[in-house]
Amino acid sequence: MTTETANKTIELIIVRQEDPESKSYEEKFSIPYRPNMNVISALMEIRRNPVNKEGQNTTPVAWDASCLEEVCGACSMVINGKPRQSCTALIDKLEQPIRLEPMNTFPVMRDLTVDRSRMFDSLKRVKAWVPIDGTYDLGPGPRMPEAKRQWAYELSKCMSCGVCLQACPNVNDKSDFIGPAAISQVRLFNAHPTGAMHKAERLQTLMDGDGGLSNCGNSQNCVEACPKEIPLTTSIAAMNRATTLQSFKNFFGSDNTA
Amino acid sequence: MSSSNREFIYRRLHSLLGVIPVGGFLIIHLSVNWFATRGVEEYNRAAAFMEALPFRYVLEALFIFLPLIFHAVYGLYIAFQARNNTSNFSYFRNWMFRLQRITGVLVLIFVTWHVWETRVAAAFGAEVNFNMMEEIVANPAALIAYIIGITATTFHFANGLWSFAITWGITVSPKSQRIATFVTMGIFAALTFVGIRSILAFVGV
Ligand code: SF4
Ligand code: FES
Repeated sequence: MTTETANKTIELIIVRQEDPESKSYEEKFSIPYRPNMNVISALMEIRRNPVNKEGQNTTPVAWDASCLEEVCGACSMVINGKPRQSCTALIDKLEQPIRLEPMNTFPVMRDLTVDRSRMFDSLKRVKAWVPIDGTYDLGPGPRMPEAKRQWAYELSKCMSCGVCLQACPNVNDKSDFIGPAAISQVRLFNAHPTGAMHKAERLQTLMDGDGGLSNCGNSQNCVEACPKEIPLTTSIAAMNRATTLQSFKNFFGSDNTA
Repeated sequence: MSSSNREFIYRRLHSLLGVIPVGGFLIIHLSVNWFATRGVEEYNRAAAFMEALPFRYVLEALFIFLPLIFHAVYGLYIAFQARNNTSNFSYFRNWMFRLQRITGVLVLIFVTWHVWETRVAAAFGAEVNFNMMEEIVANPAALIAYIIGITATTFHFANGLWSFAITWGITVSPKSQRIATFVTMGIFAALTFVGIRSILAFVGV
């Protein structure tokens, strides 16, 4: 290691919180620089030597991670104001001091760890699956046109990371908006030839109850924030069109209920 | 199942009423105002024509006041549900989202004041004509308030058309949404010109 690298440090400001009930506070850290670090390896360095910038011993910072290749979404946090995955946030590309905060749209469990259960509850709410279980073999399903498969594949990349909910001004403690991710999943499963057999039912989940599709205010932050570049605003508009048609069918009546 | 879709209906109704009839009324109102640029006589004739419309009170209530009150009250509820985050997400559309809520509140204040000064005054016997408006905007503060109020109104309407097109699933593709931005901002510019040009006619510009 050259002396230049040896003296270089990484400055971090981390928003910490003891447990879900306690108040959050900031703690500064200054850790030795190594080339090619990401936010996760910086946090691992703090865990190895939990001493803050003032030289006081402190508790290691808690965070979540799993795949380390931006496919699981577990490591999402707010880095310099933007929600994103910490495993692909390279230190060399970040302005210092690097500010780490939990995605506070979700309940904060401890430090940077949040409870993203609502992502999975929403998937349940909108029935984001293709029901095929039964007592006998139904045989192969209908084929999917290639052009449709291509755009549907993009939607299937969602990893329920929650970044789009954190970015949305309408997902907060004052509103129970389901958020863009689950809406886009309705479009995905309704595009699936077998999934389409339960199309009306899924659309109904977006119209019924509070915090459904209509709570979208079109700020379009989600599409800017999504790390998987999922066309969330197109999905939302497509579901707006589908629910418009569905509500006409429901009200005026139609044999074409699916 | 359909009994619990109340919020969906309210939101869609809020979107619809903002354009039909409230937005439609705004266009008629601004068109009538334009007569001011053609002089006192022309303006008074147009105002008198509007006032003499048959079933005026029923029409006003059904096509203006009731939809407007619903749109305003429910709109306030929507506006205060947002936690604006333009500091971290300073994207164009996020700013428009925020401006839509700010102008919504401004328009509500402006329209309340405007109705108070004109319609409520009329109910107490004042005559709604060129002279009435001339006296109101003779006060420079009132003139500035009118210019701000008109601009906020035309913005809220034009930008509202943009989200109306998404809410009803008309513009789905990013391209159509982008073009809708240009079209609706064109509408904003045109209506603002009409509105401000007309109000200036009352101060003799
Ligand atoms: S849509 Fe994108 S931002 Fe939202 S949860 Fe899925 S991957 Fe994350
Ligand atoms: S650890 Fe899986 S996305 Fe970062």
